[in-house]
Amino acid sequence: MNLHKFDEMHASPTEVRAHYQNYARWLAEQPPEVMADRREEAEVIFRRVGITFAVYGDKDEDASGNERLIPFDLIPRIIPTDEWRSMKAGLIQRVTALNRFLDDIYHGQEIIRAGHIPEDQILKNAQFRPEMMGVDLAQGVYSHISGVDMVRAPNAEGVGEYYVLEDNLRVPSGVSYMLEDRKMMMRLFPELFGENRVAPVAHYPDLLLETLRAVAPAAAGEPTVVVLTPGMHNSAYFEHAFLAQQMGIELVEGQDLFVKDQFVFMRTTRGPQRVDVIYRRVDDDFLDPNVFRPNSTLGCAGLMDAYRAGNVNICNAVGTGVADDKSIYPYVPKMIEFYLGEKPILNNVPTYMGRKADDLKYILDNLKDLVVKEVHGAGGYGMLVGPASTKAEIEDFRKAILAKPDGYIGQPTLSLSTCPTYVEKGIAPRHIDLRPFVLSGTEVQMVPGGLTRVALKEGSLVVNSSQGGGTKDTWIMEGR
Amino acid sequence: MLSRTADHLFWMSRYTERAENTARLLDVNYQTSLLPQSSHEAQAGWEGLLRISELMPAYIEKYGEEITPRNVLDFMVRDERNPSSIFSCLRAARENARAVRGTLTTEFWETQNQTWLELSRMLKGAAFERDPSPFFEWVKFRSHLSRGVAIGTMLRDEAFHFYRMGTFLERADNTARLLDVKYHAAYEDHTSDAAAMEEDFDFYQWSAILRSVSGFEVYRKVYRDVITPLKVAELMVLRADMPRSMAACVNEVVDRLNIVSNDHSGETQRRAGKLKAELQFARIDEILASGLHAYLTQFLDRINELGKRISDDFLVPAKG
Repeated sequence: MNLHKFDEMHASPTEVRAHYQNYARWLAEQPPEVMADRREEAEVIFRRVGITFAVYGDKDEDASGNERLIPFDLIPRIIPTDEWRSMKAGLIQRVTALNRFLDDIYHGQEIIRAGHIPEDQILKNAQFRPEMMGVDLAQGVYSHISGVDMVRAPNAEGVGEYYVLEDNLRVPSGVSYMLEDRKMMMRLFPELFGENRVAPVAHYPDLLLETLRAVAPAAAGEPTVVVLTPGMHNSAYFEHAFLAQQMGIELVEGQDLFVKDQFVFMRTTRGPQRVDVIYRRVDDDFLDPNVFRPNSTLGCAGLMDAYRAGNVNICNAVGTGVADDKSIYPYVPKMIEFYLGEKPILNNVPTYMGRKADDLKYILDNLKDLVVKEVHGAGGYGMLVGPASTKAEIEDFRKAILAKPDGYIGQPTLSLSTCPTYVEKGIAPRHIDLRPFVLSGTEVQMVPGGLTRVALKEGSLVVNSSQGGGTKDTWIMEGR
Repeated sequence: MLSRTADHLFWMSRYTERAENTARLLDVNYQTSLLPQSSHEAQAGWEGLLRISELMPAYIEKYGEEITPRNVLDFMVRDERNPSSIFSCLRAARENARAVRGTLTTEFWETQNQTWLELSRMLKGAAFERDPSPFFEWVKFRSHLSRGVAIGTMLRDEAFHFYRMGTFLERADNTARLLDVKYHAAYEDHTSDAAAMEEDFDFYQWSAILRSVSGFEVYRKVYRDVITPLKVAELMVLRADMPRSMAACVNEVVDRLNIVSNDHSGETQRRAGKLKAELQFARIDEILASGLHAYLTQFLDRINELGKRISDDFLVPAKG
């Protein structure tokens, strides 16, 4: 197990990394009580603006229903220009390959025929949607919005390296926090933005709208784009409402839509109106009761029919989950070589697959050192962090793995990089990750930055907001 | 715009308006209760409040037959399970606002959200127990603020018209109820009392009702006269320049309705227009001659029906 630590700000306890020096100098000059005031102010503003996420079944202290604030940390995560440039190239490469892969498996399946990925691993995957076979999508794009989780961990020399932890290709969340965190920082510390050349991110909704319009069915003249939300009780409802508002488009629920003659309409005060592109924030299973779960009311009956007829586009496409499944993740570098003929720019985390006998043995022998994940798990659930678990937890997991080896992968426990963060005792290092949002339409593009999540509990590696994680503003420094 | 969005906007404004009117009512009654009066009169006042809001059965179920100011205030202000309490109305207004927050301007949404966030703090502690008036003032002003922010920032599109329609439909209903109950209170209780007493009593009753619709100064300005029941009724039913009168509210509803009209809203517009015309050409002495109570009851029925028709035509259209 790797015991090196990597801190984003400090090269050593006394030495601040070059790209953090301006900030560190400024921070050292701030009286603690001023920073404490700012933290409080940020919380008041977040609550007033209602930047919350909903927790099912929870009630919070002032009875405002089941909404929680995601803790916001004042200390930004800063990434120097050159690192971002290479990360961006790697992300574009990776997402391009993943889209090619999806198009391939729902059409010719050449990658299977070439013997690079076992057939049953794709075709028997629960996320594979046979309903999508042979469906041609605008621009050949499946994952229009990809939220790729990046972590940094020290290699053997103690040098920090970026790794892709997960490709979220279904309905990745968090971009609203990226935008609101920046707004908050600019409001609280305008002087910092005068002194530092921080690349702006506020044009994200513009790029998103452009991406969504670019994949409208060819026949739609001036396309009508909508955001489909499961509703107010969904954890990411704030984000859905926020994005619809920022793009100036309707936020619809399943009950607002209906299908007639293979076209999708929304119910308006002036009668039915055609819908061309649906940015859906509803999982595949709930999209169409005629095809998927029959008892779901979150989607719209007949939607798949209209979709397959090419009369409406759905973003992200149905069936993208097969490419971000943790059992497919180990094959992404191979996809990049196969489809693009390029060497992967971004690292994968070494991954042991429960389905392979040798790997399974290794996983079972090293449970206390590994992170083991359910291949379909998400949100920080269904995982074992070996070094942080009790013997009993490890033994429970061992039984679960033995019962269904295909359902698990194991990865070495990465020592995620840390960033100084405000905690109760003051400023202390906490583990972070980064989720940049990659948009694929006519071209693949992104705003410089992403959502930095931070594990607020000391030593914790779990950054998910549902597990008590917080967020930080992410600064990509502009090159000179 | 989406029918569901229009529905949320319509109800958001209705609930905000309802909270404001309940605060007005309670405040006026509370102020009146501080004047010298018999326990019978005091009782009648609080009872009237429950009747006006159609809350008598629910109140009795919770508190029994005895009507105390404390219980009525609690029930109508902060009872979470009474759907008409100020607490419930503001909660419902905020829930509706949250469902369409993307349609509201930032200032508007933040106003609604802030009202909700401050509400529990306003209701907590000894201050409310000692004197509820500042709380009622707060509710009124949050409602004024919400309306002002909407008028000052919203695009004049359908969203705005449905929002306004909800406000005025609710207000028309509330003004009619208010007038009905006070009219009853004044005439039921005093038919047997000495005529000299009656004049004094009338003054306080009718000036209280005027104050509950911010109409006391307006009355003096319009009539330059002593307070008489007939003129109070005229001001509240027929004067189109009085912002909380039934006529003014119906005029607004009709105007909004004509702007948002669609293929099948013709009959709704016709009925609303007819109601508007009747108010425009009515005379208060004729209304009083055939009975104010009957007139108001019929008006409430028509407002209620209008609300239903608007809902069917625009807000929850039939499938397909």
